Amino acid sequence: MLYPDTVESEVLVHKPAFVLLTFAIMLLAFMMIDLTGTNFAELMRPIIGDPHQSGLYGRFAIAFAIALLFSINIVLIGWAPLAFQIGIVWLELLIFFLLFFKSFNLSLPFIWENLPYLITQGTLTTIYVSAISLIFASLIAIVAAIAKLSNNGFAYGIASFYTSFFRGLPLLMQIYLIYLGLPQIGFVIDAVPSGILALSVCYGAYMAEIFRSGIASIDRGQWEASRSMGFGFGLTMRRIILPQAVPVIIPPMGNMFIAMLKDSSLVSVLGVWELTFLARTIGQPTFNHIEMLISAAMIYWVLSMCLELIQSRIERHFARSKIR
Amino acid sequence: MNSTNTDIKIFGSGRLPFANAPRKLVGALSNRDENEVNSVNDALSEAIVEARNVSKWYGGFQALKEINLTVRRGERVVICGPSGSGKSTLIRCFNRLEAHQSGDIAVTGIRLHNKMRNVAEVRKNVGMVCQHFNLFPHMTVLMNCMAAPMWIKGVPEAKARKLALKFLERVRIPEQANKYPIQLSGGQQQRVAIARSLCMEPAVMLFDEPTSALDPEMVAEVLETMTSLAREGMTMVCVTHEMGFARSVADRVIFMDAGQIVEEGAPGDFFTHPQHERTKLFSSQILSH
Repeated sequence: MLYPDTVESEVLVHKPAFVLLTFAIMLLAFMMIDLTGTNFAELMRPIIGDPHQSGLYGRFAIAFAIALLFSINIVLIGWAPLAFQIGIVWLELLIFFLLFFKSFNLSLPFIWENLPYLITQGTLTTIYVSAISLIFASLIAIVAAIAKLSNNGFAYGIASFYTSFFRGLPLLMQIYLIYLGLPQIGFVIDAVPSGILALSVCYGAYMAEIFRSGIASIDRGQWEASRSMGFGFGLTMRRIILPQAVPVIIPPMGNMFIAMLKDSSLVSVLGVWELTFLARTIGQPTFNHIEMLISAAMIYWVLSMCLELIQSRIERHFARSKIR
Repeated sequence: MNSTNTDIKIFGSGRLPFANAPRKLVGALSNRDENEVNSVNDALSEAIVEARNVSKWYGGFQALKEINLTVRRGERVVICGPSGSGKSTLIRCFNRLEAHQSGDIAVTGIRLHNKMRNVAEVRKNVGMVCQHFNLFPHMTVLMNCMAAPMWIKGVPEAKARKLALKFLERVRIPEQANKYPIQLSGGQQQRVAIARSLCMEPAVMLFDEPTSALDPEMVAEVLETMTSLAREGMTMVCVTHEMGFARSVADRVIFMDAGQIVEEGAPGDFFTHPQHERTKLFSSQILSH
């Protein structure tokens, strides 16, 4: 939340000037698009006659109707309570989204037929690859972060080389290098483990910086208080510093987790049967590319939303020591 | 020349081949050196804190100049002086939050030096209360007090809780035990910080300007707590500007200026007959308002 002032400001969408302006912009925008061939135009048939014959009058009437609906909509939403506003906006955007995809003329039976396999094989693989990578990445990150903050030259050298190297290479390149490069020196490594390895080291490098900044953000006084009570380094880190750093690093870590979930799709280049790989291969023989790609995209989105939900839960959990 | 970076001297030459992080590298290596413990029998020596010719430099600036100070068991010492005079630095040297470069400091009979392994032993016995409380914000008041006995001394949880409640009672805020530090007023937080230190049952308490971040009304409650602590015979070293407290509680007042102890004496003499010009000036300024 931004800082909420105690003085109520006038609701923007209830200012006549703003509503008029929105109306005018919508009217102009929709005048420029020819909607006479759409379903909406069909609904307008009683007013404008045959949409295809209506000409400029038809276009104007359609744009006017859309602009009017839109303006009424925002004015009405302006009166609703906050949670309701958010819900309605989400619902409306979702409906438009679905209408947009509907215009692709997707073959729904094809989606229903292949969706179970996409979920049982593809989604599960995606989830377990990213979940394992996520654990390893976090472990690597915390070690690297402490090394980067330490007074030990070797540890600092190794950790900074590691973060620099793995943040500096494209993830796709790392995946290839690990899968094709390691066998050159005798380590033959399967597609899934090499994908997990690549994701872990790459995201470990990013997360190391997040952990480092989180640890560094804790006041020096906390270290002093802890050390002056006789806590050792490990105890101070584990019990005093990290618990305070965690709430700071949750939002950027949430970002990382979501990004990793989606970047696990790069593992498809190794032939791992995860979501993206299956979406591409299932649709190919019958040219139902878009059906499968959209389904996979929706699944990624749902998974990300789950992560967002978990993130907000954790944030709420840690907020309690900040409540006055 | 003396520098803050004494570690480098271990290697003779000042520069190391590694890029601009000599300190980091040396830190890693010097840890391996064996430490020597110079432990004197605690019972024989009445001195809890003993400082001999202690000097400290921050780069080229000498923060402490040849300080000699002995604090005996049960003694209450107040250190005052203008800001920047080195009083905080001095007491932070007593629990090794700061390193001194020359001279000797022994606390509860254990000598403090660069390579000591048992600094935690010293810190267990030295309670520190500082200006900004530094309570752990993610723990309840009770947990703040229970943490050190449980995790360092290995006191069982039930016993630690009892101990914590006892000392929270003593600073008269047992009813706040289950709140988080941020829900407490400054004075209450500082009293929790005192209780937290007391839970380790230290041999000496160091107070580093415990009231200077507090509202005037809260100063009184903290000073009251400290006074009652003094009455119970706690060994205390207080850096403070509260002259009323010094007058009523201290056995000895030490005046520092520019890293030196300028004057030292019983509070009566100190306030009524200051010897040095600098002390006179300080007293007149601090007592005139």
